[in-house]
Amino acid sequence: MGDFLSIAISIAFHGLALAMVLYLISVGLSVTMGLMGFVNLAHGAFAMAGGYAMTTLMNRYGVPFWLALAAAVVIVGLASLVLERVLYRRFYGGGELNQVLLTMGLIFMSVGAATYLWGPVAQPIQLPQALRGQIDLGVRDFPVYRSFLILCGALLVTALWLALERTRFGVRVRAAVDNLAMAQTLGVNTSRLFALAFGLGSALAALGGGLGAELLAIAPGYALDNLVYFLIVVAVGGLGSIRGPFVAALILGVADTAFKYAAPELGAFFIYALTMGLLLWRPRGIFGPA
Amino acid sequence: MPDARRSMLDAFARRHRLHVLEALPWGVAIAAYFAFPDYLALGAQILAVIIFALSVDLVLGYAGIVTLGQAAFFGTGAYTAGILAANGWGEPLTGLLAAGAMAGAIGLLSGAIILRTSGLTLLMQTLVVAAMLSEAANKGGRITGGSDGLQGMDVWPILGQFRFDMFGHTAYLYCLAVLAVAWIAVRALVHSAFGRSLTGIRENVMRMHAIGAPVDRRKLVVYTVSAVLAGVSGGLIAQTTQFVGLGVLSLERSGTILIMLIIGGVGQLYGAFIGVPLYMIAQDRFSTIDPTYWYFWIGLFMVLMVVFAPGGVLGFFARRRARRGKP
Repeated sequence: MGDFLSIAISIAFHGLALAMVLYLISVGLSVTMGLMGFVNLAHGAFAMAGGYAMTTLMNRYGVPFWLALAAAVVIVGLASLVLERVLYRRFYGGGELNQVLLTMGLIFMSVGAATYLWGPVAQPIQLPQALRGQIDLGVRDFPVYRSFLILCGALLVTALWLALERTRFGVRVRAAVDNLAMAQTLGVNTSRLFALAFGLGSALAALGGGLGAELLAIAPGYALDNLVYFLIVVAVGGLGSIRGPFVAALILGVADTAFKYAAPELGAFFIYALTMGLLLWRPRGIFGPA
Repeated sequence: MPDARRSMLDAFARRHRLHVLEALPWGVAIAAYFAFPDYLALGAQILAVIIFALSVDLVLGYAGIVTLGQAAFFGTGAYTAGILAANGWGEPLTGLLAAGAMAGAIGLLSGAIILRTSGLTLLMQTLVVAAMLSEAANKGGRITGGSDGLQGMDVWPILGQFRFDMFGHTAYLYCLAVLAVAWIAVRALVHSAFGRSLTGIRENVMRMHAIGAPVDRRKLVVYTVSAVLAGVSGGLIAQTTQFVGLGVLSLERSGTILIMLIIGGVGQLYGAFIGVPLYMIAQDRFSTIDPTYWYFWIGLFMVLMVVFAPGGVLGFFARRRARRGKP
C-alpha cells in the first residue's frame, strides 16, 4: 500500500511538472485560435526558438540561466510581433487550409534553420545550482527543478487569470473572443489587440520552451514532434480560454506520465484514445460551448 | 430550344467529356519511361504518390474536409501489403487489393466516429487517428518491425510474368497502370451526381442539409473511398521499394502530401499530377546537393506560395485565363 501511494505521488508530481510546461506553451495557442480564429501549427516553433535562444546565450556566451531565460522570452516575443504584422495578419479570418499551409511551411523552415544553425543533436542545458538536486517537502524528497516548474505554472496561471478577469486588456480579449464584430463596433482596436495577444502568447511559449528544456529536449524537430501534444491541450481545453487549457494540460500531463509508467509498451496510444474520446464527448473542448 | 440555352447546355455537358489536354499527363508519363531510363525508380514513386495526392484531393478539394491524418490510410496500406509480402504472400495484385480494403476499413471506422465534428476538432481527430496507428506500428514490433522498419518483403512477379527488376521498369509500368485505374475511378466519381453533391457540401453545408442531401453519409462514403485510394498508394510504395518504415504513418507524410497537392492546385483533379512530380523531383535534386536544408527551402516556398500564389500552379493559370477573359 505504501508503495502504491509513493508511486501515485511520484506520478502526480512528474505529471504536474510536464503539465505546467505544456500549459505555458499552449495557452498562447489557445488564445490565438480563440481570438483570431487562426490555426497556428507553428506555435511550437516559438517555444523551440525560446529554448535555442536560452541555451545559446548560456552555452556560447556564458550568460547566467535566469538572464538568458528572460532575454529569450523578450527576443522571441518581439520577433513574433514582427512575424504577426508581416505574415500572420494577412490570414486572419481566411480559410483554414491556407493557415495550415502557411504554418506548416513555417514549421519546416524552423526545422531546416535549426539544423543549419545548431546541428541535429539536442542542446545540452546546464541548470543553475539552485534548481539542481532534491528538496524535502515534508512528505518526501522531490526534485527541485520539477517543483520549481510546478510553482511557476501555478503562479503564471493565477497571473494570467487575474490579467484576463481584472484588467482592461483582459476585458477586451474576452469581448473579442465572444463577439469580434461587436467588440470592434464598441471601439476596441482589435488589430492592436491581436498583435499584443500574439506577442504575449509567443513570449509565454518561449518561457515554456526555455524552462521545460529538460523535459522537452531542444532539437530541430521540436515544433513537429510536440505539435500533437500542444494541439491536444488546446482542442481538449477549448479555444480562447485560460482555464480550459490548464485543465487539459493537467489531464494530459498526469495521464501521459501514468500511462507511460503503467503500460510503457502501449506508450502514447492511450493518450490519443483519451483525446479522441474527450473530443467526441465535448467537440469544442471541456470548457468550450457544448 | 433557344440557341443561347442550347450552347449553355452544351458547355455544361462538355465539362464532363474528356478534354484533349487530359491526355497530356499520360503522354508525359510514357515519354518519361523512354527518356529517363535511369530514373524509373523515382518515377514509379511519383506515380504511386500521385494516387495518394488524388485521395487527399477527394476529401479536401471536393468534400472540403481539411485533414492532417491522411498518412493513417497510406501507412495502413503500406503495412498491409508489406506484412503480407513478408509473411509468404507476395502476390502483388491481391496484396494491393488487401491494402486498399484494410485502409478503407480503417477509413470507414474512423470516419464514422470523427466526421461528426468539424473545423479544428476534426483536424485534431484526423491527426490523432494517424498518431494512434503510428504508435501501434511502433510498439507492434513483432509484426511491423517497429522503428527498424519492416524487412524481408518478397514480392512475386506481377501476374506470375513480370518480375520486379532493379531498374524499375516493371515498377514504373505497374504504378502507371494502377494510377490509370485510380484516375478513371476518381474522375467518374467527381463528375457524378455524387461528386456534385460533395462540392455542394464544401460550398454550403447548411443548404445541402436544407435540400435534404444525406450530408453525413456522403462525407463518410468519400472519406472511405479516399482511404482506399491512399491505401492502394501506400501498398504500391511498399511493393515497389520492398520496405516499410514508420515514416509512412507520420504527421510529416500527411503534411507533405498536402503541400504537394496545394502546389499543383486543390479540387481540380489535375493538381496531383502537377504538384507531386514538381515536389518529388525538386526534393530528389535538392537532397543530392543539400539534404539537410531541404526542409527550410520547401518551407520557405510554401510560405511564399500561400502569400503570393494561393491556388497553386493550376490556380495561377486559372487567374491568367480569368484576366484575359475580361473585356
